[in-house]
Amino acid sequence: MLGYIARRILLAIPIAFGVSVVCFSLVYLAPGDPLQTILPSDATQEMVEQIKHAYGFDRPLPVQYLLWLVHVLTGDFGVSISTRRPVILEVTGALSNTFILTSFAIPLSFITGYAMGALAGCFPGRAVDRIVTGAAVVGVSLPNYWLGIVLVIIFAVELMALPATGMGPQGSSQFNVLHWSSARFLVLPVITLSMIPVGIIARTTRAAVSEVLNQDFVTTLRAKGLSEFAVIRHVLKNSAPQVLAVMGLQFGYLMGGSILIETVFTWPGSGFMLSKAIINRDIPVLQGTILFLAMIFVATNLVVDLLQSMIDPRIRRS
Amino acid sequence: MTSSISRTAFVLAMALGSAAPLAARAESVLTVAMTAGDIPATTGNPDQGFEGFRFVGYNLYDGLALWDLSSSDKPSDIKPGLATSWEVDPNNHKRWIYHLRQGVKWHDGCPFTADDVIWNFGRITDDKAPQFYTQQMAFSRAYTTNFSSVEKIDDSTVAITTKVVESLFPYQLSYILMVSRCRAEALHYDWNAYAEHPSGTGPFRADRLVAHERFELLPNKEYWDPKRIAKYDRLVLLPMPEAATRTAALLTGQVNFVEAPSPDAIPRLRSAGMQIITNTYPHNWPYILNFVRGPMADIRVRRAANYALNRGEFVELLGGTAIEDYATMPPTSPWYGHPIKYEFNQAKAKELLKEAGCLPCKITLAISTSGSGQMQPLPMNELVKSQLEEVGFQVEFKVMDWNSLIEIGRSGVVKYPEIDGYNGSRALLDPVSALIKPVGKLYWSPGGANWGHFYDPEIEDLVGQIFNEFDTDKRLTMLIKLHELESDRAQMIWVVHDLNPRALSPKLHGFVQAQNWFQDLTPITVDP
Repeated sequence: MLGYIARRILLAIPIAFGVSVVCFSLVYLAPGDPLQTILPSDATQEMVEQIKHAYGFDRPLPVQYLLWLVHVLTGDFGVSISTRRPVILEVTGALSNTFILTSFAIPLSFITGYAMGALAGCFPGRAVDRIVTGAAVVGVSLPNYWLGIVLVIIFAVELMALPATGMGPQGSSQFNVLHWSSARFLVLPVITLSMIPVGIIARTTRAAVSEVLNQDFVTTLRAKGLSEFAVIRHVLKNSAPQVLAVMGLQFGYLMGGSILIETVFTWPGSGFMLSKAIINRDIPVLQGTILFLAMIFVATNLVVDLLQSMIDPRIRRS
Repeated sequence: MTSSISRTAFVLAMALGSAAPLAARAESVLTVAMTAGDIPATTGNPDQGFEGFRFVGYNLYDGLALWDLSSSDKPSDIKPGLATSWEVDPNNHKRWIYHLRQGVKWHDGCPFTADDVIWNFGRITDDKAPQFYTQQMAFSRAYTTNFSSVEKIDDSTVAITTKVVESLFPYQLSYILMVSRCRAEALHYDWNAYAEHPSGTGPFRADRLVAHERFELLPNKEYWDPKRIAKYDRLVLLPMPEAATRTAALLTGQVNFVEAPSPDAIPRLRSAGMQIITNTYPHNWPYILNFVRGPMADIRVRRAANYALNRGEFVELLGGTAIEDYATMPPTSPWYGHPIKYEFNQAKAKELLKEAGCLPCKITLAISTSGSGQMQPLPMNELVKSQLEEVGFQVEFKVMDWNSLIEIGRSGVVKYPEIDGYNGSRALLDPVSALIKPVGKLYWSPGGANWGHFYDPEIEDLVGQIFNEFDTDKRLTMLIKLHELESDRAQMIWVVHDLNPRALSPKLHGFVQAQNWFQDLTPITVDP
């Protein structure tokens, strides 16, 4: 097992390097200029050159990449073009706000989705299956930004029960999840954010459970006289690797923050920051955030792989 | 001893008694939802366009000149700010003498001096100076193009020399904001620290900044203009780029002042008792054209496009938050004069296209999906396309994001000769930006706002005369003539002037929406 873990970690290094190359070059492929937002629209060529030089954008791209990589390896992600604040502070600050959201959205969506999917999978074709499948399709299909706006209209504007936007009256610096005055700001974005993962996990779990239920070993278990509860326990365990893989992807997706949801709720997380960085072509922030998020995905996949191999030794052997 | 205790008890009782009414009174707060995606820079000249100036720049800081924002029924002009007056040196028209206001203090308590002015110009123009700050050089560069040097004449006077004679130069100084040398030196020129603890001379001082989320300011009770000392307790600025979110925040009472609600939300806001405030605004939504090649180089085609538009339909589309635009300036502008009114006339448009031999008249226009001041770009552009095509144009759109459109705007017609025009909203605050830059040869792109390389000898000559005319009345006559000539040449395709709606809670009173991109938040009162 230790050898497998070491091999998987070693494999993650070239992936991380590849990700750094892709995320560095991708932002340059997009049209537009990182200095557009700080230069006046009628900037002279001389002015453009002067500012490019001041910000280090006058060097060849490979040189810029190598310099960036060297700095990143020492923990220096550069400074934001817009704010001149260190990117590491910008990214970690935003990620911590997103983490608050996801730390509620993940258990909510995973538990709800898994429970719904398992229930539907155990009773394929029955009314409960049709209800769960229908609800999952709705969850997956509803545009979440639209759902967010509708929830705001109902619960904030009409019922005045919950706040519409932000992280509380003092902002994230004094956000305390243990106090209802802060926690109430979480309710609508967490529900909105959970909707798609609930649908996806429910559908995946339902498919995995019903597939395992049809396998021969289940018939054997029943023939051996095992109680239905014990049979379902085996079925759930055998369907777990497939569900875990999807949960891993959803974990990465949730950790990345949702651009649309964080914008609708003005939640100062990584998604909201990413959208501003894209609009402003704030390349250091864009590169830093994408790299951070990609690393989260790589780490999540690694953990999922290890968990899967712990549950199902066949994966380790293959 | 007993008497001492009694005295102490008496003082405590008095103190508590006097404090009680204070504690009982809720803090009055003006909370603004901005359209900006972030808190504008607080280190002097802000980013986030003129919204940054409106809410952060002009509240924290002053320039040597400011804008008179006290009236809603006449266009605003510049007025004395940190300088009480200025005049051009009669012996050298490149040299301007500025008389500085005395007795002004920075928020940190240091006095405002002539040395501070010199230091501030060094900060944005002299890359060898210790106070030089690249970001601020970039943010103010557009206004220092003609700046050459500054010198101290005495403690209350400075002289600023320009590179070329420009009678309208004082307008540029209204966009250069002065920051505290005292605070910068105390922070050892750590501009990130300065951003969190800014110090200016403006009507508000910084209290608390939560990066990207909120900026809280308190009234500057020592402000040099007593008429502009705010009566409420706190100003809170929140970036909220999504229009639906701003509307919801106002309806739920999380904010009480909202920028640019979307037109379809206005009836809902009105029904909830909100105040919808609009006014003529020096902001229009035109197409900036290619004069080098393609159909738009022909004046008949440009006129045809202007006659083809039924501008009333745009006003209807925008729920009445715009007015019809037939020339660069809105009719209330002092430079308006008597331009041609390109009223909707499809027959005339068809006739002009036929005369120009451009049928079907294929044109390519670059447009953005969103962007600062771009109003409702997609439905508005679709309406333009359908109206132009009714008279014989064949319109192809190149649709892009705002940043890419800015790139096209900056690079100019030489790099993008295949584009016949682009849709870019314009700020029409001062005569140079509004009328001169789009037509002067000096401003040909790249490096200038004359994107399509417009050139007309008569206009070029007039621009030269304007820059050399220091008599205000004579210059005004020339600016009117310039506006009329630009209209005659159909120098743009004009569509609408934005009325820039704002929505305010019924608890706010006293807001005067000036005919300006900048607004004064100090006269507002907030009901408990």
